Amino acid sequence: MAEGPVPVLEVKGLRTVFRTRGGEIHAVNDVSFHLNRGELLGVVGESGSGKSVTMMSLIKLLPMPPAELRGGEVLLNGQDLLKTTPEELRAVRGAKVGFVFQDPMTSLNPVFTVGSQIMEPLREHMGMTKDQAAARAVELLELVGIPDARKRLKSYPHQFSGGMRQRVMIAIALACNPDVLIADEPTTALDVTIQAQILELVKELRQKLGMAIIWITHDLGVIAGIADRVMVMYGGQVVEQAPVGELFANPQHPYTRALLQTIPKISGAREARLKVIEGQPPILNAPLTACPFRARCEYRHDACDRENPARRAVDGRQIGYGHDVACHWRAPASQEVAHA
Amino acid sequence: MLTFTLRRLLLAIPTLLLISLVIFLLVDLAPGSPASEIPLTVPPEVREKILEALGVNEPVHIRYLLWLKQFFWVEPLNGFDAVFGTNYAEGMQRIISYQSRSPVFPIIGERLPQTLTVIGTAYLVGVLIALPIGIYSAYRQYSLFDQAGTLFAMIGFSVPTFFTGTLFIIIFAVWLGWFPTKYNTTLEVVDWETFLAQLRQMAMPVMVLGLANAAAISRYMRSSMLENMGQDYVRTARAKGMPERTVVLKHVLRNSLIPVVTVIALGIPTIFGGAIITENLFGVNGIGAALIQAIRGNDLPMVQTLAFIFAILIVVFNLIADLIYGMLDPRIRYD
Ligand SMILES: Nc1ncnc2c1ncn2[C@@H]1O[C@H](COP(=O)(O)OP(=O)(O)OP(=O)(O)O)[C@@H](O)[C@H]1O
Ligand SMILES: [Mg+2]
Repeated sequence: MAEGPVPVLEVKGLRTVFRTRGGEIHAVNDVSFHLNRGELLGVVGESGSGKSVTMMSLIKLLPMPPAELRGGEVLLNGQDLLKTTPEELRAVRGAKVGFVFQDPMTSLNPVFTVGSQIMEPLREHMGMTKDQAAARAVELLELVGIPDARKRLKSYPHQFSGGMRQRVMIAIALACNPDVLIADEPTTALDVTIQAQILELVKELRQKLGMAIIWITHDLGVIAGIADRVMVMYGGQVVEQAPVGELFANPQHPYTRALLQTIPKISGAREARLKVIEGQPPILNAPLTACPFRARCEYRHDACDRENPARRAVDGRQIGYGHDVACHWRAPASQEVAHA
Repeated sequence: MLTFTLRRLLLAIPTLLLISLVIFLLVDLAPGSPASEIPLTVPPEVREKILEALGVNEPVHIRYLLWLKQFFWVEPLNGFDAVFGTNYAEGMQRIISYQSRSPVFPIIGERLPQTLTVIGTAYLVGVLIALPIGIYSAYRQYSLFDQAGTLFAMIGFSVPTFFTGTLFIIIFAVWLGWFPTKYNTTLEVVDWETFLAQLRQMAMPVMVLGLANAAAISRYMRSSMLENMGQDYVRTARAKGMPERTVVLKHVLRNSLIPVVTVIALGIPTIFGGAIITENLFGVNGIGAALIQAIRGNDLPMVQTLAFIFAILIVVFNLIADLIYGMLDPRIRYD
């Protein structure tokens, strides 16, 4: 049995493959994680590490074909989403799982009013009348901090700025009071001040509404500020997972350690240059039979070429519930990574 | 929107004047005098009248203005008289056809309904066939249906209408005997019987032209749908849990229709001009057939007038296409 409270979402052994003309791409390889009620799980990893594909696999948002779910379980409140009928899955999307995407400029339909796009899931899932949905849409726009909400209902997306559109996207995702909100790099496309505003908004909404959140980002700095737990992905698998404080204090995976060093140091402003992780991300055209990070790893040894490391507990607790890492190399105890 | 429309209409005036000048000069500068263009079969007294009407002795700009006056003032006035039984236009010189020696506009007025019923129906049928094919082909890209649609479109594109037309005549009229080979222009629809007869004689030209139109439009629809199907907002609609019907027929279709409707509107003037071959093949006595006859018979006023009418239609439907575009796409603002 899992430790602690019953998670709202539990993913076990998820595998997603893209069948392309040039062969298969193993984008998600045996990914397992869980999300507790009210928790904020941060997901980090460089571009192509499989963060988006993992999350979109959960509610089958990927185009199939070419995507193919090769196995695993996605338990939302105990219901396996990978075994549902399309109709049952539709009842989950937007109702129990809300999604916010990276690019607010293209994520809204340009030819419909913002109001109608917020009202759609309300009418679909909650069976609201037009008036009820409109009233709720006004509430939602106010909730995400859009002034003059009633009037803005009739506006089209192009009449909103990027930050405002992302607020609208958040309003849509939250419309039906979902159990889980998945935010896939929701601030990457926005400029810094707007990023901070959106971040504040999500923190505030989380306090108010108490839903569980998965927050995907490139930015460990953001994670430090909002996450309860962090999952680091590399090569389509989870390479390290720990409570946020633990991860920053005691990173185990060489990739995590390198990532932490890429955060600009505020104190040492003179050497504030980012340390770039050398080397190329792995090519995922076959199931992994060796550690995907080995080509870029300074601690590489024989085992790394022979075998893809499984996740192992660092602190003796069950994998996924404490601190775990997928690495053959053992970091010396109590080593502090330079992170001011 | 209104100011935009007015501005565009005002802008259309110089455009049309320029076109009218070109058309006029092309005829005027053609080798030979206007008199030599009048067939010898025209009796001398009529010839004199025509030459006088053309103002042969006047300098070219006067003749041009005279023609403009006939086109934009005398002929509409005659139309007004015909409708309201007045006679404001009495005694004014109209544009006269060399061939029939009667005014050009009533002839066109007689021909137009034939063209509109047959060719217009064909265009409508083409659009109605094309849209569902395009939509479903895109939704099921590379499926058997899509492949069949591609084949159909390729045939529609590459096989000329005079070939499909002849083929249809051989199969459906000669072998099967379902439809008459020739279109009977004098048929009047008065009861159920004649209505069926009208449908039967329209069937082949409508199918031939309809298929040709459908081929092009279904391709536009398909590619426009495909382009939109991959957009982020489609993923958002799915993430909201909308049914596939709503995703495809509301979110994707509404965006995809914007360019397609424009193409359809722009294609409408070609109904009048582009159907010449089909009209001749099936003996539909429409405006396209009139143009061919006029060219063969050196009927310059008729050619001039029809060419200018086509030009007006093209300008007008361009404007309509622009307006529709603006209505369908909220991002376009006309102020
Ligand atoms: N439609 C697709 N067809 C083929 N391969 C795909 C497709 N979508 C994603 N992939 C592959 O899946 C892998 C994981 O991609 P994913 O988008 O999940 O990365 P990510 O971690 O979200 O990166 P980013 O930070 O850039 O968003 C990549 O190698 C990518 O090339
Ligand atoms: Mg991504």
